[in-house]
Amino acid sequence: MTFEEIQQRLAAKFGERIGALAPANKDASLVVPPGDVVEICRFLKDDPDLAFDCLMNLSSVDWPKKNQIEVVYHLWSYAKQHAFILKAQLDRAKPEIASLEPVWKAADWLEREQYDLMGIQFQGHPDLRRIMMPDDWVGHPLRKDYAEQTQWHNITTTRENSLEGYVRLDELKKKAAEAAAAKKEVLQ
Amino acid sequence: MAKDYQQDFGSIITSKTSFIDEIINLARKSSIFYLLFGLACCGIELMQTGGPRADIDRFGSVPRATPRQSDLMIVAGTLTYKMAERCRLLYEQMAEPKYVISMGSCASCGGLFQYAYSVCKGVDKLIPVDIYVPGCPPRPEALTEGLMRVQDKIVRERWFTARQRIGQAEPSLGVDYKVLA
Amino acid sequence: MSKPLELPTMDMENKEVLRRIEVGGDMLLNMGPQHPSTHGVINFLVQTDGEVMKRAIPEVGYLHRSIEKIGERCTYNGFMPYTDRVDYIAAMFANQGWAIAVEKLLGLSVPKRAEYCRVIACELNRISSHLISVGTMAMDVGAVTPFPYALREREFINDLLEELCGARLTYNYLRIGGVAFDLPSGYADKVSTFLDHFEKILDEFNRLITYNEIFIKRLGHLAPIPAQMAIDYCLVGPNLRASGVNFDVRKQLPYSVYPEFQFDVPLGKGEVGTPGDSWDRFWCRVEEMRQSCRILRQALAQIPNDTQIMAKVPRKIKAPEGQEAYSRIESARGDMQYYVVAGPGENAHRVKIRTGSFTAMGIIDSLSRGLMIADLVALIASLDVVAPEIDR
Repeated sequence: MTFEEIQQRLAAKFGERIGALAPANKDASLVVPPGDVVEICRFLKDDPDLAFDCLMNLSSVDWPKKNQIEVVYHLWSYAKQHAFILKAQLDRAKPEIASLEPVWKAADWLEREQYDLMGIQFQGHPDLRRIMMPDDWVGHPLRKDYAEQTQWHNITTTRENSLEGYVRLDELKKKAAEAAAAKKEVLQ
Repeated sequence: MAKDYQQDFGSIITSKTSFIDEIINLARKSSIFYLLFGLACCGIELMQTGGPRADIDRFGSVPRATPRQSDLMIVAGTLTYKMAERCRLLYEQMAEPKYVISMGSCASCGGLFQYAYSVCKGVDKLIPVDIYVPGCPPRPEALTEGLMRVQDKIVRERWFTARQRIGQAEPSLGVDYKVLA
Repeated sequence: MSKPLELPTMDMENKEVLRRIEVGGDMLLNMGPQHPSTHGVINFLVQTDGEVMKRAIPEVGYLHRSIEKIGERCTYNGFMPYTDRVDYIAAMFANQGWAIAVEKLLGLSVPKRAEYCRVIACELNRISSHLISVGTMAMDVGAVTPFPYALREREFINDLLEELCGARLTYNYLRIGGVAFDLPSGYADKVSTFLDHFEKILDEFNRLITYNEIFIKRLGHLAPIPAQMAIDYCLVGPNLRASGVNFDVRKQLPYSVYPEFQFDVPLGKGEVGTPGDSWDRFWCRVEEMRQSCRILRQALAQIPNDTQIMAKVPRKIKAPEGQEAYSRIESARGDMQYYVVAGPGENAHRVKIRTGSFTAMGIIDSLSRGLMIADLVALIASLDVVAPEIDR
């Protein structure tokens, strides 16, 4: 089934909550309201014609100018060999969305990763804790306004420039030539 | 048995080792057991260096899984902050005398991950490193040379002769020269 | 170093987990992160009362190198070396996934000869990656001898790839729009000689290890994954095909010049145990090596004779802001997917790399109830997880 047909099936079932497909941006996608995401995904999985049995990818994109964080779901159906893309747009100050772990087990670790790196709270997730960063890390690194700390557990995060205090040979020659020229001028 | 003198930025290596020292160091340098601390890509090259072609087993180096039985720690790969504390723990668990090779550019200075928020920019922020082997990843031949430089360091150590003069000045050779080993 | 670091206690990060699981009289052990048998730096919190485990919870992130964040400040071509490090054992595939994603974003088409060069490099890399996988799996099960055999064959492939692009491990061979270097002269003969030698080695390997009685007893019936569970947890690649699901991106969603080759896709049938057990996953990889040899011979015979290896690519690669592209390739470890969102300038706004090993870790917790510790080692090896793919 093409993207348009899937969107029509969804619109038939859910009515006004489904908007139109986003214009073909290389891959068309459908924006759904964050509150309905679990219901829509359960329908996508259980319906025999759609049969999306696999959540391929769950990523999140930070748009500070639009003040949004977008969660992007890429779905795939092994039975019918078709794909679909869902997006949910969350408020950047308080990004919360229901967890898809009851629908697809793969969402378990994918959501933990997005919680860790972007700070999205997935409600209903059985075990939401940090996965990539250490447990006492402060901040969510993949956000655009993330500022790195200067140290963590007494390990400094920068490395001093080992070339500090050394001068390049061509610069040295240039400086010597300039000094000689200035000296010549003073003498003259 | 005096050997050639080497100048090293103001210090001098007086290689007047005794016969017993030589025997001890020959035995020590020919059986350096290294800790398998392959973290990332350099870990694969570490495996290949211990593998059939660039075999460091011919130098007597075999990999050990536990730090208690190893005298060389080859930090092969990128060190992240999460791993850094375990790295320090493993170093503390090794018995003296112990040596560290920092293999690859990630372990030496952070490598190509300078803008990464989670990478420790160099393993020498935590543990003292003896030999730095550059490369991304270094060829097995490069790591073998690093091992041979560790062997050179081991050969210079002295157990029976004039250990107390290390760090003192060597007046017969000049004002700035100190005994290094 | 002025003062020593305060040493962490071993339960500092486990406190959270301890709160949630009832340990009772059992031991809570850390298997890893430095361990000769976990494939890279992965930690397992094992709750056990001896040899039989109650649970094994994987803990990752010890090799998280923030490659996705670095993608937001690199140019599109400049990000290619970082994709090498996403999966350093099968680096050509990671390169190819990124190249295909950006080419889709810009609407570029790659010249035929460049596609053939890509396929040759990638299939050689597939053999090399599977060699490490089967070699370390044999070593984890206890047979240490096959591992140097696998490394020896891998050295031949390293020589071939070094002649092609100059590097042994992290190749940076592909570019946006083509490849960096053309095949050197006499390359086809060298690869054919290697393939003739290698196919005999594969038969020897099968006699020595794959159908070895001890191996079959250790791995048959071990952690069988039914097809529905594999799909639900989103396993990909040989793990999925061993469970019986006939899906290979090269066949179902063909990309590059794969439609022009004839090759089979091995499926697990439960030959010596249940379908989808660890032996099936091992056998799938060995058979895939054989199929890669077939593809290589065909590619070397069919490669076109012109010299164009790069498309016309603008010097500064830019795409309209907000445009996205998604690419899927069949890497050695399965379906590797790249999601790129273009940024305003010459770099991407967001890069997300979805790898097969990440979701494979999610399944270990539920499979490990009731297994023995030695079986856990064999299970991790059979799923062929590598730490850089998990952590990126």
